[in-house]
Amino acid sequence: MLTALLVMIGLALFLGLVLGFSAIKFKVEDNPLVQKIDAILPQTQCGQCGFPGCKPYATAIAKGEADINQCPPGGEEGIRKLAELLGVEAKPLNAEHGVPKPKSVAVIDENLCIGCTLCIQACPVDAILGAAKHMHTIIAQECTGCELCLPPCPVDCIRMEPIQEDIANWKWKSPVYSMKRT
Amino acid sequence: MENYFLILISTVFVNNIVLVRILGLCPFMGVSKKLEASIGMAAATAFVLTLGSGASFLIDKYLLGTDLIYLRTLSFIVVIAAIVQFTEMFLHKVFPLLYQMLGIYLPLITTNCAVLGIPLLIVQERHNLVEALLIGLGGALGFSMVLIIFAGMRERLESADMPQVFRGSAIAMITAGLMSIAFMGFSGLAK
Repeated sequence: MLTALLVMIGLALFLGLVLGFSAIKFKVEDNPLVQKIDAILPQTQCGQCGFPGCKPYATAIAKGEADINQCPPGGEEGIRKLAELLGVEAKPLNAEHGVPKPKSVAVIDENLCIGCTLCIQACPVDAILGAAKHMHTIIAQECTGCELCLPPCPVDCIRMEPIQEDIANWKWKSPVYSMKRT
Repeated sequence: MENYFLILISTVFVNNIVLVRILGLCPFMGVSKKLEASIGMAAATAFVLTLGSGASFLIDKYLLGTDLIYLRTLSFIVVIAAIVQFTEMFLHKVFPLLYQMLGIYLPLITTNCAVLGIPLLIVQERHNLVEALLIGLGGALGFSMVLIIFAGMRERLESADMPQVFRGSAIAMITAGLMSIAFMGFSGLAK
């Protein structure tokens, strides 16, 4: 019994050491620029930029395949930060990709929900809880307000509610400077 | 030498892991809808199966011995999972292209029953290390061959004209059964 335990513990320890060592030895460095850009993007995973998520958009910006003004949830603030990071001039948001809206969360009208799970499949951040033929609900802390769950809903029971500013989520506004044209 | 050749023939054709031993059916039915995906899966499995057979053989012979036979399944699963992890890290670093091609199929192999079944068969039949590696390789080749053939057939079946009730999984099952019967024709060719 004791030998069996020791053998398994030894095996697990040895394999753990090998894996831990090789994780350091074979570490693949991601492009640091992609990570910096990704940190600025709002992580709504909404896809309004035309890419499947924030990380792919960041990769495309780093490669120079996408412009910096395609992210409506990031707004002017996000574009300004991106421009600063990349050393290019800030430009207004490309209206083709949408307009900035107040930060909001999705809310499911639970009286109308028929439990079809279509919105669960659409949610990029797994913020909807529910099962087939059972009522769904949205985990408000996880919801990024990307609105991707609105179109698939067959009974239109999801609506977007702006987040009211209160004592818990209030923060300093960034200073706004009027830009001078030369 | 002749012995080794026979082992290879026997594991690829006569005792084919999928069609004769009926192991590893999950990827056989699941990843055979597209030819490209099945080639990726076949390559990943071949890699892990060969390494896994060798490593499990060594574990069984030098660590478990005769006293701890009941730990075989448990320790083999641990070793195979570790090998898959290691392979994934190694490929990501050294062959990024191959890593991208294998994609999700590499970690999926951890739960493939063929990968656990072959090492267990090897230690039951008391082979040596070279034979163990050959059986692993042969099993992997047999698996790859059958998976790729089956994927090719299924791609053609998609566009074939057949009654509605047979479409999809039903005809895939029948095809797999017929392939299995065909492979039974090899029995007696080698032990």
